Amino acid sequence: MLTDESPTPTESGAAAPAVRFDQVVKRYGDNTVLDHLDLEVGRGERVTLIGPSGSGKTTILRLLMTLERVTEGVVHVDGEPFSHMPGRGGRLVPADERHLRARRRRIGMVFQHFNLFPNMKVLDNVTEAPVHVLGMDRDEAAERARGLLELVGLADKQDAHPTRLSGGQQQRVAIARALAMRPDILLLDEVTSALDPELVAGVLDVLRDIAHGTDITLLCVTHEMGFARDVSDRVLMFDGGRVVESGPPERIFGSPEHGRTREFLGAVL
Amino acid sequence: MWSWETAREGLPLILHGFGITLLATVFGSLLAVVLGLGIAVLRRTPSRWVTLPLRAAVEFVRSTPVMIQLFAVWVLVPGLDPLVIGIAVLGVHYATYTSEVYRAGIDAVPKGQWEAAVALSLPPVRTWFAVVLPQALRKIVPALGNYVISMFKETPFLSVITVNEMVHEANRFGSDHFAYLEAFTLAALVFLVASCPTSILMRKLEKRLAH
Ligand SMILES: Nc1ncnc2c1ncn2[C@@H]1O[C@H](COP(=O)(O)OP(=O)(O)OP(=O)(O)O)[C@@H](O)[C@H]1O
Ligand SMILES: [Mg+2]
Repeated sequence: MLTDESPTPTESGAAAPAVRFDQVVKRYGDNTVLDHLDLEVGRGERVTLIGPSGSGKTTILRLLMTLERVTEGVVHVDGEPFSHMPGRGGRLVPADERHLRARRRRIGMVFQHFNLFPNMKVLDNVTEAPVHVLGMDRDEAAERARGLLELVGLADKQDAHPTRLSGGQQQRVAIARALAMRPDILLLDEVTSALDPELVAGVLDVLRDIAHGTDITLLCVTHEMGFARDVSDRVLMFDGGRVVESGPPERIFGSPEHGRTREFLGAVL
Repeated sequence: MWSWETAREGLPLILHGFGITLLATVFGSLLAVVLGLGIAVLRRTPSRWVTLPLRAAVEFVRSTPVMIQLFAVWVLVPGLDPLVIGIAVLGVHYATYTSEVYRAGIDAVPKGQWEAAVALSLPPVRTWFAVVLPQALRKIVPALGNYVISMFKETPFLSVITVNEMVHEANRFGSDHFAYLEAFTLAALVFLVASCPTSILMRKLEKRLAH
């Protein structure tokens, strides 16, 4: 039933995928975290990454956010090279800061530990990037920020300092802050795992609303299997730097084919 | 023998010297605070062509006595007002220390703050001035303040390059009137009186920034 409602962007044919990893390798010293990974995420698709600790889920999001650089291979966004750019003679060379800066604003990220700016009020956290990156007029940015804070249920906290908020509230501000840049692609890295259990539901509700109310492309890493089932079109199971299994949530959670997936789900469910 | 008469006579001269001392401290500190920040930021650039020479220069300035630096510049750059030389040398010397303070403060800003700035595509100027430095500064103001006070207490070195700061003037008055006791007692008192409000001010500033 869920799959019927969900967009199936791969069917739209000509449109390039939102994200494409082409034979991506990521090594830290001798530790190969991603091993010639191929991965595609369609426009508007919601993909959840699951897998044991250390399997490279965060690394994938960090590569996309340009917080890390690939060791080999190329990351494409909207059909253009992102981690690389055309160099002399048309060969792809690692992207410079300018290339990244021009493209990275299509992507937003919400972190496990919120990373709000503690020296700014809640509203300023949300308006900072629209004003200073998009060049939006201050009043307009504030107006939109108030709208986003309302969306995440924090309209009354706009003048608060982030440190005065609960973890769940901070994370909802962080979501509003990321959305304020109107990213095409939103990366969520275990956004509820630093929260007290009673605060998790509030954050997940906000994310469900966003997933159902927008056509944003979502890549999320989560241990909340119920949430993954609700929002994802596709679940990817990672292990040892590779995708071991992928498919719609019903199938992955209902009848996993791979032994590693069964083992992993057995441990977390 | 202590003479109130002589003390009263010497006071204006010593106070004038104190004005020069203050001038040197204020401008020397400004230079140290601004230049130190510049050094700290430049030292974080990825280019070794910038960081290595900078590190060498900082190491060099820090490992030679400020007195010798004063003399050297005074001799090598003739014709410049000694007070200007004094401010420049003190400022640069202390910038090598304040740059370390800034560096520690900047390093103490969590990595997640930089990452959030990248995730929001903030330009470097905003990342530094709106995110990192405001968080770094509140932790380092006390340490910066201590260097300002140290510099204040080192201004008597300026007398070796003929700057008529307070100790220089006290010395002159002392020898002219055979009244070293009065002259240096007054100078010491002025230092004492001046450092009390400074310390109180510093503590207030610290408290305000702590919240
Ligand atoms: N900066 C780094 N330097 C060295 N090794 C790193 C670095 N970042 C990650 N790694 C290593 O890369 C591997 C994958 O890490 P990653 O954080 O992507 O895993 P994960 O799947 O997100 O795990 P978890 O579920 O614990 O968050 C781990 O072995 C980790 O130790
Ligand atoms: Mg992780």
